[in-house]
Amino acid sequence: MDWQSLTLTVELALIVAGILLVIGLPIAYWLTFSKWQWKFLIEALVALPLVLPPTVLGFYLLIAFGAQSPLGRWWQSITGQTLAFTFEGLIVGSILYSLPFAVQPVAASFASVDPKLIAASATLGASRLKTFGRVILPLSVPGITTGAALSFAHTVGEFGVVLMIGGNIPGVTRTISIDIYDRVQAGEYAGAGQTALILLLFSFVVLSVIYALNRKVWAAWPFK
Amino acid sequence: MKHLAGLTSDTRGERARLFVRVNKRFPASADTDSDFLLQVEFGVAAGISVILGRSGAGKTTLLDCIAGLTRPDSGVVQVGDRVFFDDSRIIDLPPARRRVGYVFQTLALFPHLSAQENVEYGIAHIDSRERRRRSDEMLEAMRISGLRSRKPRDISGGERQRVALARALVTDPSVLLLDEPLSAVDAPTKSRIIDDLRSWIDRHQIPVLYVTHSREEVFALASHVVLLEKGSVIGKGSPYEVLDTPRHEVAASWAGFENIFDAGVLREDEDGGTITCSIGEVNLEIPLARHSGKAVRVGIRAGDILVASEKPVGISARNVLPGRIVDLIRRDAVVVVQVDCGITIEAHITHSAQSALDLREGSPVWLIIKTHSCHVLQRSDRES
Repeated sequence: MDWQSLTLTVELALIVAGILLVIGLPIAYWLTFSKWQWKFLIEALVALPLVLPPTVLGFYLLIAFGAQSPLGRWWQSITGQTLAFTFEGLIVGSILYSLPFAVQPVAASFASVDPKLIAASATLGASRLKTFGRVILPLSVPGITTGAALSFAHTVGEFGVVLMIGGNIPGVTRTISIDIYDRVQAGEYAGAGQTALILLLFSFVVLSVIYALNRKVWAAWPFK
Repeated sequence: MKHLAGLTSDTRGERARLFVRVNKRFPASADTDSDFLLQVEFGVAAGISVILGRSGAGKTTLLDCIAGLTRPDSGVVQVGDRVFFDDSRIIDLPPARRRVGYVFQTLALFPHLSAQENVEYGIAHIDSRERRRRSDEMLEAMRISGLRSRKPRDISGGERQRVALARALVTDPSVLLLDEPLSAVDAPTKSRIIDDLRSWIDRHQIPVLYVTHSREEVFALASHVVLLEKGSVIGKGSPYEVLDTPRHEVAASWAGFENIFDAGVLREDEDGGTITCSIGEVNLEIPLARHSGKAVRVGIRAGDILVASEKPVGISARNVLPGRIVDLIRRDAVVVVQVDCGITIEAHITHSAQSALDLREGSPVWLIIKTHSCHVLQRSDRES
């Protein structure tokens, strides 16, 4: 059993879910409330990772991370290394790959907030930001925890993108799914099975806890 | 916002006048085959004004325009000298800066906040001790102090209405918009809430627009009525002016005219001040009124019609119509009698009158209608 790849995976998934929580909220807000007529283009763009094979996304990321691309050159000029085959590169790739899983549940719960509540907040003198903080956000807690849980779980289970842009460097980019693949390739079925079982149980427990909290969301919401 | 709180009461009445002139076109959609045009202009002073109209007349859209939730295509909305909207001066205050108290039909209480937190929502910017004092005072005035820590889902319908009112009133609004706020509560609860609301309005002297489609509420509440139909104001004035002497078919149906007929004019007697007209086989004498050529629309209240079981003689009423009862229905305190006189006319009588005259289906009767019980109505299609 390779604990290093498990902790690496959990670390990656936590960071990705955390970042997605922060950038997913404004994206979901914009997607829900914007009246821009070309909004559907952005919606399609956000949903793209749902349908694209991970290898396609991984391939473009690899190109973007390379020294020929502006992004790659910019990153290299400030860090002195390339994004490809690094933990930071994995974070960037995973954020893009898991974006729809974070944004869509949150956007759906924003959209399900009764528009009259938003109107009522406005007539009571609240700014858009205050309405967001005091009405939309608290009423969307179930969607937000779902989004965070799904992006966490999706990152844990990611394989193709990691393989394309991260490779297989122990302690840096070897996530648990790569580890399992590696063991199977090497004929180590016992080790692969053990790791797979741990991943299965871990994922199930995490999802169960989050869904259980979701069910009693008012009991768990600390900012009443 | 605070600078307006210090207005002295003697200037407030005039300053508080609400003036609205809005035009707003909604293009035809899947639900409506033609454009909907809201085109209204009216001014109201402090006190309760009822906006009366059928569903779809544009009542809620009108309130949304005043609150800033819907942007009119053109027009002016102002309270006293505070201009909320004026397209010619490119003024369009966002709802948050209009100081409008708006109680929605669905109430729109925040489900995750307690009653007190709901009430304090609109005064969150003021100092916390002052805020608590004002919300306590408002909860007290609305008689809901006991519910302060309860969530909206844990209190009754009438209590929710009180929380919604308290939440709007505590902000010391410059105008109050109530969109059928009491449609979901029973009559006794409603009248108690109205009493408390009234005493608040008497103390604060701001214009209140109260939207309803209930005729009873008009007489219970209003000092002023604005009758809205298909996006236009078709009547305004005191409830008596608008509903008791209706000049308009739609106002007439609001005013409880059970009988509305189209009649042909046979002759006019200008000296006697009457018109004789015919509805099918039946001739009626009605008061002289402005009408369009050969046709006139007549409204008669069922309660103004007398029913006789024998042919009356020596009577001043000019219209005595023989007929036969085709239907009798008991409805609360009255018996609704449908009489076929060539046309079917509805009359309302008491239970005791029905038994005294032994009226039943098929009984021959005479309907007695005074000339001045017939009201000449303006037709809603504005062909005149």
